[in-house]
Amino acid sequence: MAEKLRKSAKILVFSTEKISDPAIDMAGLLKLHYPPTVYTITVPCSSGIKSRWILHAYEKGFDGVFIAADGSDCVFGESCTEKTGELVGQTMELMKQKGIEPARLKMAAICSVCSESFVKQIKSFNEYLLKTSITE
Amino acid sequence: MEKKKIGVYVCHCGGNISDYVDVEKVRQAIEDEGGVMLAKTTMFACSDSNQKDMVEDIKNNNLNGIVVASCSPKLHLTTFRNVSERADLNKYNYVHANIREQVSWAHSDDKTGATEKAIHIVKAAIAKARLSESLVPNKIMAEKAVAVIGSGVAGMKAAIALSDKDCPVFLIEREFFIGGRVSQWGAMFTTNETGKEVVTRLYNDLVKRSNVTIFTGAEVVSNVGSIGDFKLKVKITPRYVKEKCDQGKLQLAMDACPVVVPDEFNFNITNRKAIYHNFPSEYPQAAVIDMKNCTRCGKCETLCDNIDFSLKEEILDIQVGSVLMATGFDPYTPHDGEFGYNEIGNVVTLPQFKRIIELNDKDLMFKGTKVKNIAYIYCVGSRQPEGGNTYCSRYCCTSAIHASLLVKKKYPSVYNYHFTRGIRTYGKQESLYYDSSAQGDIYLQAYEDALPEVSWNGKKSIVKINDILTGGREMKVEADLVVLVTGMVPRADNSVGTLFKLPKGRDKFFNEIHMKLRPVETFIDGVTIAGACQGPKNIMESANSALSAATKSYSYVSKGELETEPIVAVVDPVLCTWCGACAKACPFDAISMTKDGTKAIALINNSVCKGCGMCLPVCPKDAIDLIAFSNNEIESMIDALAHD
Repeated sequence: MAEKLRKSAKILVFSTEKISDPAIDMAGLLKLHYPPTVYTITVPCSSGIKSRWILHAYEKGFDGVFIAADGSDCVFGESCTEKTGELVGQTMELMKQKGIEPARLKMAAICSVCSESFVKQIKSFNEYLLKTSITE
Repeated sequence: MEKKKIGVYVCHCGGNISDYVDVEKVRQAIEDEGGVMLAKTTMFACSDSNQKDMVEDIKNNNLNGIVVASCSPKLHLTTFRNVSERADLNKYNYVHANIREQVSWAHSDDKTGATEKAIHIVKAAIAKARLSESLVPNKIMAEKAVAVIGSGVAGMKAAIALSDKDCPVFLIEREFFIGGRVSQWGAMFTTNETGKEVVTRLYNDLVKRSNVTIFTGAEVVSNVGSIGDFKLKVKITPRYVKEKCDQGKLQLAMDACPVVVPDEFNFNITNRKAIYHNFPSEYPQAAVIDMKNCTRCGKCETLCDNIDFSLKEEILDIQVGSVLMATGFDPYTPHDGEFGYNEIGNVVTLPQFKRIIELNDKDLMFKGTKVKNIAYIYCVGSRQPEGGNTYCSRYCCTSAIHASLLVKKKYPSVYNYHFTRGIRTYGKQESLYYDSSAQGDIYLQAYEDALPEVSWNGKKSIVKINDILTGGREMKVEADLVVLVTGMVPRADNSVGTLFKLPKGRDKFFNEIHMKLRPVETFIDGVTIAGACQGPKNIMESANSALSAATKSYSYVSKGELETEPIVAVVDPVLCTWCGACAKACPFDAISMTKDGTKAIALINNSVCKGCGMCLPVCPKDAIDLIAFSNNEIESMIDALAHD
């Protein structure tokens, strides 16, 4: 069957209400473009994301999941970075068990003014996903 | 759950959205989604006329779910929640879809892609609205009293503002004297009023107020509870000297004290005894014995009968509805060798220099030598490379230039040389820079990667710079005194912040929720921040933030009752088998073990839970959900976004 390469990968972003959401909003305000197949779900804190939500996204057809983590700016405290890292590690283990490439999950700390960084990270993730196995 | 009847409004936002997103196509794409009863486009969803139409629609159609697809929820979530309430619909049935910042503006280069994305985002919001529930904000009793921690200018101004509102205030100061850093300053810009005078004025205002209780030598050692009901334990350390004390006998006791230690009030450039005053008109006007250094030789007791070593520490219980933190800053201490500090004898910091000016009346003397040339090196401890203090401390350019003006006025034969990295005397303070230049001060400017160098030639310090202002020319100044213009850093001992679990920013100062929109609130409900504990501020800025924080703290306690967001964790008692992982993950101690019959399960304290969700991913049984972020809600949104 003929396969057509996609222009952009479908990426689900988990962003946080107080920290990374403002950065993603500001990316729009600054007209910093990124692929329109990037969708955001807002949660209070990146350390509160469940592995099952991430796995559900792959099951439903998302090519990649990007966690726009609070990092050291988290309003809920300093332990956020470590806890987000732990949940990403645990999820990657589950991905391996299910035969999903762990590199399809990416996490980066996105502070409230890190718009350029967000767009750069997303573009690079999109390129990676397109290069690896994304076809339709 | 009642069948959902959802109203959806897709906003043009003038052309901000509709120039790039085909809003009519979006409306058509979602109008047949399950639960959608009504789908409209609107030119401005936030306009009064549309809000009125929405109220009518909700009432006429008995809508029990609303979605507005418009700008960021940061701007209008509250607006549309209020619309819901005006139509007698519980506000938690409102869901916001951001199709401006995250769609039309972000993808203005791809109209087809933007429209497709908008459709998916609105469908996801509808999926969430389908599962939305009417929630009741938590209502809790609020003790009408506020604890202000720290009695510098910010703390005192906040205490006065709260007292004006007839709100009882406990002003808690860890030191034995109130006034904070400002009491250490001499004449200040713009009025040349001294720090002492400012403190005196505020103290005199405070002590006449019956609803303000001032504690000195007092430290909060325990905090239990949350907004509306903080139960604090405050440790009061005695002064060991009675307040009404015979000053003559006290002076004899001070003279007799054999202990000599560096005087922190003068930034260690002078010494004091173990029994000491800060300065004659300090507040409260009562000496204190420094028990860390006192040898208990007993000489003072024999000379002054108001000295009493039998006094004991006390622990007071205080109950307040809100806590206002105004714990201030520490001046940056350069490390040994930083621009010659602690290695070259005539290198001092700006705070030390200001005390030197204050203590030298006739000639400017330092270590027995008359000072003629002063070199000021700017941005010491501020604007450092990544890994250090990258921020600007804001006050130091103004303070250093003001000091140089005072010096020239007080000791006219002095010459001032300013080694800067660009002057930042913003606002009215720019006039000082003008005056300083006009009086003949020399300004030189360093490159960021080629800072001034300080060396010692056996007699004087030599400060060398490649000066930007003269095209990179090497310049040298022989200085009798080198003043390091040091910035502000967070308090070295910020244990009180840890006690309240106050988040800190990358600069390690206490963090506000939003720099512009919620500048004095912290994520710890009921705790506000004011002054330089939040980041570098001058006195005027500290006073402004103190008044703002006082108003916010008062708003928490004024009604005696308050509402909090109902976004909290919920435990499924059937699935939960209590392993304790959730309690360990919770940074707010909101989870404990309880018994459900004979079974141990987790219990969430709703008034303490902040709704962060840190307990969710650690539960091995997936027995915890977060209200409004349940598995069903998140996964149904993913389904809507994934669907091609």
